[in-house]
Amino acid sequence: MTLRDLVDKLLGRQPASASTARDRLQLVLAHDRSDLSPELLDQMRREIFEVVAKYVDIDLEEGDVSLETEDRVTALVANLPFRRPVASPSPKSD
Amino acid sequence: MTSNSRTILICSGKGGVGKTTLTANLGIALAQRGSSTVVLDADFGLRNLDLLLGLENRIVYTAQEVLAETCRLDQALVKHKQVPNLALLPAGNPRMLEWLKPEDMQAIASMLEQRFDYVLIDCPAGIEDGFKNAVAAAREAIVITTPEVSAVRDADRVIGLLNTHGVNPVQLVLNRVRPKMMANQEMLAVDDVTDILALPLLGLVLEDEQVIVSTNRGEPLTLNGTKSPAAKAYSNIAGRLQGEDIPLLDPSKERSGLRATVRRLMQTKIF
Ligand SMILES: Nc1ncnc2c1ncn2[C@@H]1O[C@H](COP(=O)(O)OP(=O)(O)OP(=O)(O)O)[C@@H](O)[C@H]1O
Ligand SMILES: [Mg+2]
Repeated sequence: MTLRDLVDKLLGRQPASASTARDRLQLVLAHDRSDLSPELLDQMRREIFEVVAKYVDIDLEEGDVSLETEDRVTALVANLPFRRPVASPSPKSD
Repeated sequence: MTSNSRTILICSGKGGVGKTTLTANLGIALAQRGSSTVVLDADFGLRNLDLLLGLENRIVYTAQEVLAETCRLDQALVKHKQVPNLALLPAGNPRMLEWLKPEDMQAIASMLEQRFDYVLIDCPAGIEDGFKNAVAAAREAIVITTPEVSAVRDADRVIGLLNTHGVNPVQLVLNRVRPKMMANQEMLAVDDVTDILALPLLGLVLEDEQVIVSTNRGEPLTLNGTKSPAAKAYSNIAGRLQGEDIPLLDPSKERSGLRATVRRLMQTKIF
């Protein structure tokens, strides 16, 4: 973030277009580099939610699994907030 | 005969960002600085390098006849009259694309490597067969882009492919930089592009009307040692390739006065 971005934010102004360009590029490149189609990413996201939900109670509305990229390295970043503190996170087995 | 010849692919992914202009200017600048240099037009579909160098009327044979062995290499090479250290190997007929293979480009490049210090390959736009043929012959690459989202995205694609092909080093040239727009943060900053693409910056070329004037004449800017900003940039790139330590231009220093200082301040990264 640059000083200008901060000033824009404080004044509620639209960000400078360079800053928008940078954000859009970063997102599109994360997808280009991973070679994952949106459908596959979506399927993976659902399966990850399912697996995690077996162990903890997560807030599906707030949860997000997305691609991020830095220095030509792409990472899958999951942000899955718990709905409430879990007492014993032992897996349900049957 | 040169043993440590360098074969450099000049590519971009996106069309029209300045590959051919860079190849022509860099060819002249390297040759003027004492390196024997050949520029190879690998854009068989839409050849233009001959025109930018003002050599279009002196072509007799092309890469096509060299490959078919109906002429010798030196018969096809077009020597630049004012810069005898520079030669062009023209692209053949567009129909060549139907049969040309990566091995053919490798064969041409290795012939040229035996005679020249620098072999610069002007790559076609795109990432299809034309690119694949050209990349097969390359050892190093210069990726050229402009500070625009579509050009940077396509450059990223090309960098990925260069990595897969084991081309190394890969360096970046940022073309058509407008300092005023950058200062107003209405154009991606130099750091944005180098951070996103994660490549070392070999040079910055400002948007410069003289580029068009020189294209009209078929005399690359570096030929007449003009003092235009782009001419300077091209010759600095040549110097850096040859190992000289030449500092990079800072676009924000191109402008002075209080307003420019305030704009510079506003560009400061705070986190
Ligand atoms: N620094 C610059 N300032 C102004 N104009 C420029 C600059 N660099 C290139 N141009 C102009 O941009 C246009 C495209 O340049 P050029 O033909 O070198 O691109 P290219 O990448 O080789 O295109 P193609 O993909 O079609 O082969 C030309 O009209 C050229 O004059
Ligand atoms: Mg071209």
